[in-house]
Amino acid sequence: MAMTGIQIFKLLPKTNCKDCGFPTCLAFAMALAAGKAELDKCPHVSEESKAQLAESSAPPIRAVTIGTGDNALKVGGELVLYRHEKTFFNPTGLGVVVSDTMSDDEVTAKVEKADKLEYERVGIMLRPDLVACKCESGDPAKFEALVNKVQGMTSLNLVLMSDNMDALKAGAMAAKDRKPLLYAATKDNADAAAELAKETECPLAVKGTSLDEVAELTDKLTKAGLKDLVIDSGAREIKTLLRDQVAIRRLALEKKFTALGFPTITLPCEMTDDPMKEAMYAALMINKYGGIALLSDIQGQAMFPLLVNRLNIYTDPQRPMATKEGIYEIGNPDENSPVLITTNFSLTYFIVMGEIESSRVPSYLLIIDTEGLSVMTAWAAGKFVADAIGIFVKKCGISDKVKEHTLIIPGLAAGMSGELEEELPDWKIVIGPREAAHIPAFLKG
Amino acid sequence: MAVEIPKVSYTGKIKTIPIGDPSKGILVGGDEAYPFYGFEGALPNAPRIAMDVQDTPPEECAATIRELFSDVWDDPVAWAQKCIQEYGADMIDLELASTDPNGLDRSAEEAAEMVKKVADSIDVPLIVYGTANVEKDSDVLRMVCEVCEGRHLMVGPVQEGNYKKIGAAAIAYKHTVIANTPIDINLAKQLNILLGNLGVPDEQILIDPTTGGLGYGLEYTYSVMERIRMAAMVQQDEKLQLPMICNIGKEVWKTKEAKQTIEEAPELGDPTQRGVLMEAITAQDLLLAGANILILRHPETVKLVRSMIQELMG
Repeated sequence: MAMTGIQIFKLLPKTNCKDCGFPTCLAFAMALAAGKAELDKCPHVSEESKAQLAESSAPPIRAVTIGTGDNALKVGGELVLYRHEKTFFNPTGLGVVVSDTMSDDEVTAKVEKADKLEYERVGIMLRPDLVACKCESGDPAKFEALVNKVQGMTSLNLVLMSDNMDALKAGAMAAKDRKPLLYAATKDNADAAAELAKETECPLAVKGTSLDEVAELTDKLTKAGLKDLVIDSGAREIKTLLRDQVAIRRLALEKKFTALGFPTITLPCEMTDDPMKEAMYAALMINKYGGIALLSDIQGQAMFPLLVNRLNIYTDPQRPMATKEGIYEIGNPDENSPVLITTNFSLTYFIVMGEIESSRVPSYLLIIDTEGLSVMTAWAAGKFVADAIGIFVKKCGISDKVKEHTLIIPGLAAGMSGELEEELPDWKIVIGPREAAHIPAFLKG
Repeated sequence: MAVEIPKVSYTGKIKTIPIGDPSKGILVGGDEAYPFYGFEGALPNAPRIAMDVQDTPPEECAATIRELFSDVWDDPVAWAQKCIQEYGADMIDLELASTDPNGLDRSAEEAAEMVKKVADSIDVPLIVYGTANVEKDSDVLRMVCEVCEGRHLMVGPVQEGNYKKIGAAAIAYKHTVIANTPIDINLAKQLNILLGNLGVPDEQILIDPTTGGLGYGLEYTYSVMERIRMAAMVQQDEKLQLPMICNIGKEVWKTKEAKQTIEEAPELGDPTQRGVLMEAITAQDLLLAGANILILRHPETVKLVRSMIQELMG
């Protein structure tokens, strides 16, 4: 059973040395209990305590790292079935598959797209995580050449896929410093795959034809000393795949069934030839417990919705998304353009921004930091009030950008207009619409 | 190693509700397991898809929507026919955008007449949405209920501020109310209780939890719907054991990313497929969270989502 923060605290050195990055041992213990820190951050904990803690704090689903450094992909480590119960922690890794039977140009094009594609949203960079190299030629030399080409082209994390152990080994030896995920151990090659994973210290995927078979395999591999495993239940039909994902997550969390306490890898790319369908399968795996989803191509029209879906589903429900404070210019405003102000709750920002854009009236939008609260909540919490807005408007530099000092405030905040006029004597305060949807009519009118 | 799936012990089920003319036998709800979890309980009625029609041509919209519908968009009757004949819509949603007091401000009488015309021209169930302006909707939807007596419409959004007037009209003229609350499980429950106290039978209530599109609040709707469904099915919360409806098309297609052209946003890829996937992924997420009726706009989305439903219900 999981220990409480206090129970964990008793096993720590209690020196408050801060080496773990937390101000006190108690704070560190609380973070450990919440699954938000790892024990190896404490350099001073005794071996005895370590063993005791490791046993009790082993997460029901192991967190597996693929790759190295800052861009490494961490999958698994989940604690709940529904995001509102806490949060989902490690977003589904998305990647593209290239094969050693593809033309050189096709491989180059796919890897380049995966490597370059990125979107910025509320200060977060959204991008794919993986390139999977697949051996379809059966020729270890060809596969090794593909792996070398790909690792030369991108720093994205790697998956190496082959049924042929010689080929998998050739690829793994070439790329072992990048800690790729080796795919996959099956009941026919489990011993050889285990040996390769040990030798290269790489995580290993386990592929079965049923959950029973997967559990037997992981059990065997665990006994052979492997820890970093990733599961492919073998299902390639969406209804069965969904059932398997639910079964794995429930067994791990509710029954502490350690043989399935690992993240999963799913292959929408092998489930259909229709790219739209493939995107839907990948989307479903983001919601329903897929650790990794591999696609046959990286296209903006599918990757943008998938990455945003992943951002939405994996956002911590207890922490509202916020955007940065500052002056946002919409549609190349000039010194005669209107100035609007609202809070930095990301939804408020997106909606107000979208409505101003659709009005096609070039404008300045001032975003004030309200710690991610919406207009009414921020007003009630004293963060979107006349004095705070007054200080922000004066220091943000908007006065120099516009001739006419007119500030449009949200209709919901109409009550503060008098006070705001006192705070900003040089500005005329205008009350805008209560609903963002009415902004275009307001600006055009 | 024999592995068995731990099953949820459901203590409640979703009520089965007839949609449209009861003699046609179209039902939604009846779920005895979470969405698509057919491995542990019966899901007798697959989710249904409505396509939305606006009562006035949209001012600004994605190029693909313009291409598909601009030949019919000054005529809601023709628009509805196109959705049914060409795209196989299960039902139609008529959006009374023209009644918006901040826009054209068309009268309740005019709106009701238009609804009647559309209702008379189609053979599938009809949903009618006002503009979420509490006072105006109260007048418009009451009038719609009266003029369309016996048509078994679904009318909304019925909110805390106008549930009495619209609810009473729905009881009198036998329509279903779409009970809408702002992404909050407690308010959803409270509005259902209020409607029940007013005398609206459970069989005439659908829950609209308020839809956030992909990237625009989807996660809030998603989690509140998951919570509503859990309360209904494992916490015996009878007042939440009702089917849910999500008005998706209008939320998704008004976003910047669904409208941008390839020149404006080359990094976002093909605009039509991008918009369709934004709509379809929103739809799939909300199906997973418990939606029984979806309102969608693009025919390709309808096709894609319908085939996902078929595969998942299988």
